[in-house]
Amino acid sequence: MSWTWFHRLGSPPYVYRLARTLTPWFAWPAALLIVAGLYGGLVLAPPDYQQGDGFRMIYVHVPTAYLSIMIYTSMGIAAAVGLIWRMKVAHAVAASCAPIGASFTVAALATGSLFGRPMWGTYWEWDPRLTSELLLLFLYLGYMGLRSAFDDAQRADRASALLAIVGLVDVPIVHYSVIWWNSLHQAPSLLRLGRPTIYTASMLVPLLFMIFGFTLYFVAVLLMRLRGEVLRRERAASWVKEALAS
Amino acid sequence: MNATAAVLDTRADIPSAFDVAGLALARDLRLAFRKRDEIVQPLAFFAVVTTLFPLAITPELSRLREIAPGVLWVAALLAALLALEHLFRDDARDGTLEQYALCGRSLTWLLYAKTAAHWVLTGLPLAVLAPFAGMALGVPVRAVGGIVITLAIGTLALSLIGAISAALTLGTRRGGMLLSLLTLPLAVPILIFGAQATELAMRAQSFAAPLELLAAFAVLGVTLAPLAAAAAVRISLE
Repeated sequence: MSWTWFHRLGSPPYVYRLARTLTPWFAWPAALLIVAGLYGGLVLAPPDYQQGDGFRMIYVHVPTAYLSIMIYTSMGIAAAVGLIWRMKVAHAVAASCAPIGASFTVAALATGSLFGRPMWGTYWEWDPRLTSELLLLFLYLGYMGLRSAFDDAQRADRASALLAIVGLVDVPIVHYSVIWWNSLHQAPSLLRLGRPTIYTASMLVPLLFMIFGFTLYFVAVLLMRLRGEVLRRERAASWVKEALAS
Repeated sequence: MNATAAVLDTRADIPSAFDVAGLALARDLRLAFRKRDEIVQPLAFFAVVTTLFPLAITPELSRLREIAPGVLWVAALLAALLALEHLFRDDARDGTLEQYALCGRSLTWLLYAKTAAHWVLTGLPLAVLAPFAGMALGVPVRAVGGIVITLAIGTLALSLIGAISAALTLGTRRGGMLLSLLTLPLAVPILIFGAQATELAMRAQSFAAPLELLAAFAVLGVTLAPLAAAAAVRISLE
């Protein structure tokens, strides 16, 4: 098997151009899927027999919650690639993932708490999923805090990459210990957040549209941030002038 | 005797990684016992924090008893966390840490020694002191054994995880706050299982299940954390 495609990904100019080419290929399908999913979820899908129209929050809540974890995993893998193969672009990918992931985590927390208001009667319940989502936000904040605490970009890359890998090992442990914490302390909530019973295809299909749409949206935003990150890191290089002039 | 044999002889004089780690452990303990602040201050901090809760909430022992496990664990974690800042800082400042990294013997073993010394100097004394603070919060005497065991294992796990973040924040300017932000979310399982075990011990129930989960977490830390901490120290020294 030829590894040239992998080695080419180590070249900042190549990645910059690739990211520029690929962005619309992710952004437009994302926009179409999200519009279709929103129409299907907010208009076509019938109200839930127990939760009424309140259940429609899942069309935003579930994709953001899934992405918050998926992005942390991607960040950890990119960081590991950067640390092992000393690949600058992989560090740039990890650095670009963090703010996007933190934003999706905030969105998941916000929609979760808005979802909680009609379902539980309070904006915040120490539900295991919400609590582990909150801890995930702290992990993102720690990662970004460590990154910005260094003056030297390379040390920031390598130190934060190690933290992301440690986090990757620890996140599942934290997640399950929070779930056991809650199940031992109190009876399960009346309604499980993020796990409403979906009966019909007209409810499920828009959710799948939204999940795929949000994922493509994440990739598009990641590619855009990656371009900025690569330009910032390579600002002294001559190819940057050529790329920006064209 | 030819040259090769002479080289082999001098190599035999160099202590093994294990001996070097033993020397580092003895050195850290001796330094701490000569300057006792580092042992006494976390304990004083722990005592002060546990005193704040009755003042802030209520002097009634019946109500304090309900929150006692949580108070003890949060106070112990914070005290151990503050002590973590000193784990590498002094050695990094005077160049000892750099010599550790350069000495040709496993840095991982040396960090095992440093972490073990740190736990003996902060975690163990906290575990011994905690039952007294607990009794002041209305914890029954029968829970003493449980509190000591769980806190001893919990602070060991925290020292191991904290060693990674302490090493990562070595090269940064504002270390303390960042160290807490990095360590505490990772240390959540310690708090959950530790406080749970303490609560079960107070109710005279079997606390084996949370204690075993806590011990499993500590074993994971013993296995992997010094490797990650050694990598972090090398990054900080670059």
